[in-house]
Amino acid sequence: MSDQHTVRAFSEQLEALASSIAQMGGLAEAQFAAAVDGVARRDTVLAENAVGGDSRIDALQIDVEDRAMKLLAVRPPMAVDLRETLAAIKIASELERIGDLAKNIAKRAIVLNREPPIRLTTSLARMGKQALSQLKQVLDAYSDRNAEAAEAVWKQDGEIDETYNSLFRELLTYMMEDPRTIGSSTHLLFIAKNIERCGDHATNIAEVVYHMVRADHLSANRPKADTTSSTAIHFESKT
Amino acid sequence: MSDNPTVWHTLRRALTPARAQPAASEGGSDLAGLPPLSREILEDLPDPLMLVGGDGRVLFANSAMRTVIGTDPHAKRVSSLLRTPALLEAIERTTETGETLSIEFSIPVPVERHYSAHLSRTRSEPLVTVLLHDLTAIKRSEQMRADFVANASHELRTPLAAVSGFIDTLKGHARDDAQARDRFLDIMAVEAGRMRRLIEDLLSLTRIELNEHVRPSGVVQLDRIVREAFAALSPLAEIDNITLELCAPPDVPPVIGERDELVQLFQNLIHNAIKYGREGGHVWVTLKVVPGAGGRGSGAMLSASVRDDGEGIPHDAVPRLTERFYRVDVKRSREKGGTGLGLAIVKHIVNRHQGRMTVDSKLGEGSTFTILLPLALPEGSDAGVTELL
Repeated sequence: MSDQHTVRAFSEQLEALASSIAQMGGLAEAQFAAAVDGVARRDTVLAENAVGGDSRIDALQIDVEDRAMKLLAVRPPMAVDLRETLAAIKIASELERIGDLAKNIAKRAIVLNREPPIRLTTSLARMGKQALSQLKQVLDAYSDRNAEAAEAVWKQDGEIDETYNSLFRELLTYMMEDPRTIGSSTHLLFIAKNIERCGDHATNIAEVVYHMVRADHLSANRPKADTTSSTAIHFESKT
Repeated sequence: MSDNPTVWHTLRRALTPARAQPAASEGGSDLAGLPPLSREILEDLPDPLMLVGGDGRVLFANSAMRTVIGTDPHAKRVSSLLRTPALLEAIERTTETGETLSIEFSIPVPVERHYSAHLSRTRSEPLVTVLLHDLTAIKRSEQMRADFVANASHELRTPLAAVSGFIDTLKGHARDDAQARDRFLDIMAVEAGRMRRLIEDLLSLTRIELNEHVRPSGVVQLDRIVREAFAALSPLAEIDNITLELCAPPDVPPVIGERDELVQLFQNLIHNAIKYGREGGHVWVTLKVVPGAGGRGSGAMLSASVRDDGEGIPHDAVPRLTERFYRVDVKRSREKGGTGLGLAIVKHIVNRHQGRMTVDSKLGEGSTFTILLPLALPEGSDAGVTELL
């Protein structure tokens, strides 16, 4: 009788953990969306709100870690319960990083919005939407314990990289055409890099979810397509 | 939302059960104490409605709410189903304090949706009623209008300026020059045609975007649509001696869709393949069934790929292809009479159909545009309750 009670209490604790992760996920999604919108729509108020949202995510991460540790200490879980507990800790960490990146995007948006508008923000908005979509799908996959959906997200990682590559070259060309835009373009570049990293964190979460459900790992060779570290634009000096 | 207080009071009365207890039954959250008649009434209401218990579990979600969530709640906690912080906070506050709240929130992906939510709690126990109202159509309508005006005025400026200039020239020093007159009139005709096509495409795009959040209601046979598109475009293909070929199994299953939009989608893709194909080249359209990605509300899909053996698209240009007015080669696109909106239209149609689009291209070899569309499953199949939009 008391064993049943322990089992139920334990599974409720696991469920509460999953619920906290979902909440963290929701906050990260909202903060990221607000930050990207702050850039795309030149909405400084939205961006300022996004800067502030970071602290709640951090608090939730600490909460998740505390509860997971209690779970592990009081009644060491086995098999899927163990994987779920560890997954919660890992995912909380990824989501905290996403919150941080969103805050940085929002900060730059505030600076960017003081300068004249750049037309490249549409490409950036598209990239932001791709990353947000990845995040939503992977968080849904986590809640639904759906390994296939997680794998689908994992496979799509290359798409954000492709968009980033394209945007990178666009920005370099833009800066060359008009050096007065170098300041704004550089901020956009950092924002784009942050978005790409958010996409990477979503892919990390996908790997964790897959392992949690299947007790198996997605291939070590992740579909990476970011070539910007080997991209150079050659321009003739105008003499 | 508060226009109709009597509806709300009727609902409240219908919702007050003798004793609300979460049932342990699978296959749907159910309130043991809720009279079946009330359940039936609530089930088919057009507005999404759910009942959340004091522990955060969704005890009941009507059909419209299950569409919003994208899955059956199965007595799960509401935070696992809907993550929007504003909504979760409101539910928590109403649960704790019992106050009635009215908020607005939006869900940005896959298609942006806006809702207003009305939350209230029963007096005796912490049972919160969440009633949503879909504001998406109104918000989209405002956005689309603004976009249309901005796009139209920007893109029409150049051809209009050209026509204006020629009119001035014809009234001025070219007035008696018959040769110049003929030449200029030809150019003006081309520009007028361009402006007409631009407005048509812009209106198309606006119309499609307005309805992007509305699930398609029809069932469509893609092989038939492709054959129709071939028939319509074969005169154009003949000019460059391009062969159009359809590769499909004999029993292509139908997809969920809006016929007119899918016709436009394939016409745009095949037209592009012909436009940018090489002389004497080939356009292949391949249809086949693929297993779904398994996300919320996605089962098996039909893949339709349009491949050409033209010059291909540079790698960097691929992510931008569906951007409004984006052209890989501006001069070439203008010559071919393109508006720069064809692929933007395709993208929004794909979005509405809850599908996906991918592009594969190699310079010198050609391009393949692949669309994935959900199959129309027969009634009563267990592919999940509804599809998430």
